[in-house]
Amino acid sequence: MTATTFIDGLSLGAIYALIALGYTMVYGIAKMLNFAHGDIIMVGAYTVYSTLLWMGKPILAVIFAIAVCVILGVVIEKVAYKPLRGASPLAVLITAIGVSYLLQAIAQLAFGAKAVPVGLPRFPVLHIGDKLVVNVSTLITLGVGSVLMIALTLFIKKSKIGRAMIAVSEDRKAAQLMGVNVNRIISLTFAIGSALAAVASIFYLMQIPNTSPTLGSMPGIKAFTAAVIGGIGSIPGAMIGGVLLGVVEKICLSIPALNPYTTAIEFAILIVILMVRPTGILGKKIREKV
Amino acid sequence: MAGYFKSIRDGFKLRNFTNYILIAAALILFLILELTGVLRRSHANLLAQVGFSIILAVSLNLVVGFLGELSLGHAGFMCAGAYIGCFVANQLHKTSLPPLVTLIVAMAVGGIVAALFGFVVGLPALRLKGDYLAIVTLAFGEIVRNICKNLPWFGGAMGLPTEQYGTHLFIVAFAVVLLMLILTQNLIHSKHGRAITAIRDNEIAARAMGINVVFYKLFVFVFTAFFAGVAGVIYGYYTTPVIYSSFTFNYSIEILVMVVLGGMGNITGSILSASLITVVNFVLQSNLSGDQAAIKYLVYALILMVTILFNNAPAFRPIKEKIGLQAILSRVRKKFGLKHPSENPEEIVDDSAKWHRIPTKIKMDSILSTDLKPADDGTLEPDPRQEDKHE
Amino acid sequence: MSNPLLLETRDLGITFGGLKAVQNLNLQIKPMELYGLIGPNGAGKTTVFNMLTGVYKPTYGHFYLDGEDLTGQSQQQTCARGIARTFQNIRLFNNMSVLRNVMVGLHHDPAFKCNPLVAMFRLPAYYVHENAMVDRARELLDIFGLDGERNNLACNLPYGKQRKLEIARALATNPKLLLLDEPAAGMNPQETAELMETIKSVRDTFKLTILLIEHDMSLVNGICERVTVLNFGTELAQGPVGQVLRNPEVIRAYLGTD
Repeated sequence: MTATTFIDGLSLGAIYALIALGYTMVYGIAKMLNFAHGDIIMVGAYTVYSTLLWMGKPILAVIFAIAVCVILGVVIEKVAYKPLRGASPLAVLITAIGVSYLLQAIAQLAFGAKAVPVGLPRFPVLHIGDKLVVNVSTLITLGVGSVLMIALTLFIKKSKIGRAMIAVSEDRKAAQLMGVNVNRIISLTFAIGSALAAVASIFYLMQIPNTSPTLGSMPGIKAFTAAVIGGIGSIPGAMIGGVLLGVVEKICLSIPALNPYTTAIEFAILIVILMVRPTGILGKKIREKV
Repeated sequence: MAGYFKSIRDGFKLRNFTNYILIAAALILFLILELTGVLRRSHANLLAQVGFSIILAVSLNLVVGFLGELSLGHAGFMCAGAYIGCFVANQLHKTSLPPLVTLIVAMAVGGIVAALFGFVVGLPALRLKGDYLAIVTLAFGEIVRNICKNLPWFGGAMGLPTEQYGTHLFIVAFAVVLLMLILTQNLIHSKHGRAITAIRDNEIAARAMGINVVFYKLFVFVFTAFFAGVAGVIYGYYTTPVIYSSFTFNYSIEILVMVVLGGMGNITGSILSASLITVVNFVLQSNLSGDQAAIKYLVYALILMVTILFNNAPAFRPIKEKIGLQAILSRVRKKFGLKHPSENPEEIVDDSAKWHRIPTKIKMDSILSTDLKPADDGTLEPDPRQEDKHE
Repeated sequence: MSNPLLLETRDLGITFGGLKAVQNLNLQIKPMELYGLIGPNGAGKTTVFNMLTGVYKPTYGHFYLDGEDLTGQSQQQTCARGIARTFQNIRLFNNMSVLRNVMVGLHHDPAFKCNPLVAMFRLPAYYVHENAMVDRARELLDIFGLDGERNNLACNLPYGKQRKLEIARALATNPKLLLLDEPAAGMNPQETAELMETIKSVRDTFKLTILLIEHDMSLVNGICERVTVLNFGTELAQGPVGQVLRNPEVIRAYLGTD
């Protein structure tokens, strides 16, 4: 493994971690697997594409992508998930799959099934020393990703709203009795998760400059894997899981014998972790009442 | 012995045979059309497709509707069955066996191998449930696909070329459907079926009744994987080559759409919706071009969301009681003075396997199946009267 | 039934992490006895049930049913040996008919053994067993006056009948020892009085031993012969009902110290 592979892995891991944060927060607070989370990334990517096409300003594209994703995330929660609160997880999961399909179908009808180049500006490649080759976009991903994750951790730990979020995730009813507006907290969770997904979509586009209606599915599932590996519901866990998975993926891709089996290896890790330690690296033990 | 004949007479009520009659009648009708030469080749192919779709939908319904676990890897089982069954068939075609025998052997081998995979997927099911198990099945399906893509014997990225069976494939497909329906329905209306639905409704109580939850979960996964594998072999005969890219997660979802539309735990529903969706797909495919094909996915998405929301959201309950299918049927019955069998005090009805609202069988945050750990005993349980009501 | 004690626990205890949920419990219950397990919330009563039915493995100690050591057996095995239970918050199979609920209780009975292949191919044995199971389940429902409801879904029954159905389902497993977890919870006084009669008659018809957890002291006083009081997982008192309920320590545990 070269240092370049490792840094590439870290930066891919940062993308997974950002997406995984959305999964893990929604799972922790709304107690549901938001299957459509991956497709939010796709919507973000198409927003970037459209903005660049019409206005050509990357900064505006970033802002629009975040705004559109946040609104979409909140609307999805209100329309599709809120009516099912208290229903079985199976019902919610099937609905979430439906939402995911809906977003993909609409994107395909609007933009076509073919991948289109988004046209983000290219970043220069840095040669540090003899062996290390790093793209500037990788460094931006790592830097901004780390800052966002630290900020989120501080927000959850220190702010009043963050503590309300923890309260809702621990015991929704008790939090409600304590005067926490649960609906607002859940909406906010979806908003934060979607915003992070939008940022992740921009980083993803820096690595793979095309977007298609199914852009979000694979990173979505892999980020969920990352969230599970780290321990679902745990924010530092999502980061650790994301980085771990990113590095593993890049290492597998760099070894010719393993390259074709990369997806299989990643999913096998998921299955093994779920079998051996279903609550992940940092997850809490979950108890069932009899 | 007298009891034996008495209950056999019980078993011969017409309504217990609707599904068999449905399939047999369809088979005979199309057979006549085929023999008189009216049936077009493309339609015969469509029928074969309807056949394996029904197999897939009914077998998935056994997992989702009866065991109450979501499997997103059904296409993975199908993939395993298709590749291995057709691989065996290709070898057998070199010998002088009649094609029908080859097909049957291929189906058996494909089914058994898929059943082994089902066993492997069933193992996590002993420990996990709900969302987590769904993701494991999804991951498993992708792993199977990824491996099949890279195995040189299976043609790699080009796929595995297969022999075609011809227009009579639909006869075999329908025969398998009939066999599977008989086995599945017999299973459901036995103590084993009751055990499976009991696990779905309340796993903790099912354990307390002495039900071997481990056995039944594995059993359901093995049983359904077997038939998904058989469906895969029929698929392989229907189209060539067998290629990994056909068995994506999207295909698993398509099967799930059939189950959800037909009603969970409702086998007749699965048969009808599988036929409907397959035929509609066929029509759409020949009429929609390029990106318009997404309309299909739009419809799938709406089916999933609307059906689930309509049946499960508390807000929709009053509407459902007014315009739901059950409500309309009971109004029609009232109008004509008919009685539902369950209203007849002399009758013993055993169709309660059907369910519409998905039971909240697990506490929201419980994911582990066997690893039961206590909450401190004294924490207040919710008022039992409100246990099943929504927030 | 030569054994003088149907259920005996010897120093039974369980700890969860650092929490000593139940410590050194010694119960001695005679055949056909109606025994009460009472105590304030959080005393560990349901935990005792969970140990006896094999949901939890005791950390130490043993328990014997009719002289047979069942400590640490699985739920399936304790059920087969003859311990059945109901739940504090009713756990019926809600989407199944009343009849089907009771028939699930008959599942493990060796008299109705019939492997999946027999069922799938409907061999003659299937019909014989299925028929016998329906008859047996209807007999049980009849005792609780529920036969008329047999085709209704369990979730559509009124609350009191759901409690009864849960007891009928537990009886279907053909137990020697029946564990009832707060059978009167959420019932009005009249329903409770009815329930007391039912419990007594169940004990007499089925020749059962019953161990029940209850908060309703009128019910405990009315039907239990002896009781054990648990407080913070330890045994506070035991003996005949009248005596124990007058015990000042017990009263203090319930009402708190002043």
